Parts: sequence; C-alpha cells; structure tokens
Amino acid sequence: MTAYLADVATLARKDLRLELRTRNTVPAMLLFVVAALVVFHFALPAGSSELAAKGLLWVAIVFTALLGLTRAFVAEREQRLIDGLLLAPCDRSAIWLAKSVAVLGFLVVAEVVALPAFALFFSGIDGATVAGVALADLGICAVGTVLAAMAVAGRARELLLPLLFLPLAIPVVVGGVGASVTGHPGRYLGFLALYDAVFAIISWASFEYVVTE
Amino acid sequence: MLAALAAGLLCAAIALIFFYAPVDADQGLSQKIFYFHVPIAFTAYACFGWGAWKALLVLWKRKPGADQESYVAIHQGVIFGALTLITGSIWAKISWGVWWTWSERQLVLFLVLFLFYCAYFMLRFSVEPGPQRENLCAVYALFGVVLIPVSFLAIRLAENFIHPTVFTSRGPQMATSQFATFCVALAAMIALAGTLYRVELLGKRLDARLRELRELLT
Repeated sequence: MTAYLADVATLARKDLRLELRTRNTVPAMLLFVVAALVVFHFALPAGSSELAAKGLLWVAIVFTALLGLTRAFVAEREQRLIDGLLLAPCDRSAIWLAKSVAVLGFLVVAEVVALPAFALFFSGIDGATVAGVALADLGICAVGTVLAAMAVAGRARELLLPLLFLPLAIPVVVGGVGASVTGHPGRYLGFLALYDAVFAIISWASFEYVVTE
Repeated sequence: MLAALAAGLLCAAIALIFFYAPVDADQGLSQKIFYFHVPIAFTAYACFGWGAWKALLVLWKRKPGADQESYVAIHQGVIFGALTLITGSIWAKISWGVWWTWSERQLVLFLVLFLFYCAYFMLRFSVEPGPQRENLCAVYALFGVVLIPVSFLAIRLAENFIHPTVFTSRGPQMATSQFATFCVALAAMIALAGTLYRVELLGKRLDARLRELRELLT
C-alpha cells in the first residue's frame, strides 16, 4: 500500500515538475477561464439573473478542465513516454492515479483564480458552490484522465476528447449547478460524491486496459 | 428461424395494438405509439447492456470476436435509441404540442446516451484496428452502462415531473389487455433487434473472411 502510494507520488511529482519547467498547461487554463468569464459577461444580456451566471460558471469549469485534459497525455504519446511508464515496475492504475492528481492540481490552480474572478465579475460564491466545485473536480479528473488516455490513441485526438468527455460530464454539471443554485445543496453534493466514487472505481479498474495492448 | 419469429411477432404485435388493445380514454389513438416507443426504448437498453457484456468478455476472457459482437450490439442500440427519440418526439408533439420537452426524463436520457454512443463510433473509427482498439472500445462501452443509471439519477434530480408514470413501484398501471399487447410488442422488438444483430454480425464476419482470402491470394 505504501509502495503504491510512493509510486503515485513519484509519478505525480514527475508531471508537476514537467509543468513547472515547460509551463505549457496551467497558464493556458488560467487565461482561458478568465477569457471565458469575460465572454460570458457579454453573453448574458442586462437583467439576466445571477442563476444564469452560476450556470455559466459550470460551463467554464468543464471546458477549462477539458483544456487541461487535452494536454494531459501529449508528452506520453509524442515523446513515447508511455512506453517508459509501462516498463516501470509499478501498478498501471498508479499511472492513472498520479495523472489524475496532477490534472486535479492544475484544475485547482485554475479555479483558485476563476472563483474569485467570478465573484468579482458576477456575484458572490457560497460554501455550497465551493464544495460542489471540489467534488466535481474529483469526478472530472478521474473520468477525464481515462478518456484523455483513450483519445491520444486516436488520430484526431484533440477533436475526440470533447466528444468522449461531454456526455459523461453532464451528470457533473447537473450536480454542480444544483448545488450552486438551489436552496438545499445536500442531495446534489451527495450525488456528486456518488458520481466520484462510482467513476473512480471503474476508471481505476479499467485504466490498465486503456494503456496496454 | 429468428427472422421468421421476429416477423411473426411483429405482425401479431401490430394486430394486437390496433385491434385488441383498448383506445386510451384520455389520449385517444395517439396513445398507441406507446406500444412502439417503450418497447423500442427497452430494446435499446438491452442492446447497450448486451454490448457492455460482450465488452466485459473482451477485457476479462479475451474472447475472440467479442469485440465485433459488442460493436454490433451497440450499433443496434444506437439505431433503436434514435428510433426512441423519433417516436418519443412524435408522441410529445401529439400529447403536449411540442416536439421536444426537457421534462421528459426518458427522452433526455436517450439524448445523452445517443451522444455518448455516437462518440463510441468516433473513438472506434479513429483508432487503428487491433488489440488496443478492442480494449479502448470495451472500456468505453463499460463506462456507458455505468452512465445509464447515473444519468437517469441526474436527470431525475434536475427535472420536474410531467411525464406520465406508467411503471411505478406498485407494478404496471395498465389494464390486462394493454399489458399483454405491450409484452407482445416488447418481445417483437427484441426479436427484431436480435435478427438485425445476427444479420449484421454475419455480414461483418463474411467481410472479414473475404478480406483474409483476398490477402492470401495477393
């Protein structure tokens, strides 16, 4: 167990260090999410309710996550890094967990900027929204990492990932928007936690088949 | 054999629907589409489930040919899913006067599933054939069966209820004659899907065999 976690930590540290040196993904995600919020300001006519803005916040989060996920396995495929990872004496699911942790880290950084920016541009953010975002991030990263690994195997990888990911993200949006806009967020947060648990288990169990032949 | 059974059952179902089942007091003749719409929807679920089962066999037992069977089952499921959307839309137009309503949970669920399984085909046709494609498609098909209940729950959480609830926890709320007609229609649709599945699989296998022979010749 500790060996497994040590493998995960090593692999995740590899991704974070790569990002710190190249700065490919996180700045792009930050710029994208702020730009998206500015676009949303002009998309909402004057007099639109705060609820509409909160719904758009979730659109911004899902698409920002998508941006990060598209980049997640590019080095693995282009530099054939994946062969090295597969030869490493560690469980294949550790690769998934480490990559999910790294993507989660990037997404959290983007949201640490996006949520205050949203509060500044539109309306204040309550605890339920923050809890919803945190729970949704877990599910998005768990599922998205498996799908990103699938998409890079295809020919049109940047095109493929949104198609694979968005239908699976619909329940996350439902849970997240429900937690943000309704007066009783408990059941929506519970639903998000259920989604995280179910898809984390199936992603963990199936990742090995995605990367091996 | 199966084709003859499917044809017989379909004829019987159509006869029962139009001559045996009573005309609905509230919705009139338009309620008859229920006997097509709901069995087609159930058949689509059955196809997706069968595809996921074959996908599990790909990953678990490495069964040769299971990948193609999974693909054909999902292909049938998407066809029946599209038919569900079309019949549901017609029913909504006649009953509620609109072609589409977001409060019809089953229709919304089918739209989500339709998008999901269309992406399955995009995935399948953008990866080179081989063991990796078999794995990817199988994993994605398994995600699909998990997505069905999760999406159902999500749509239920998101929507209010104007859809007429026919199946409740107390069992079907139908007259015996209606229920019998429904069962025959369901059996007919499943037999039809089974026939189409067999035919498509046969065609695909023949195609693969022909390719092999052609390669041997050259």
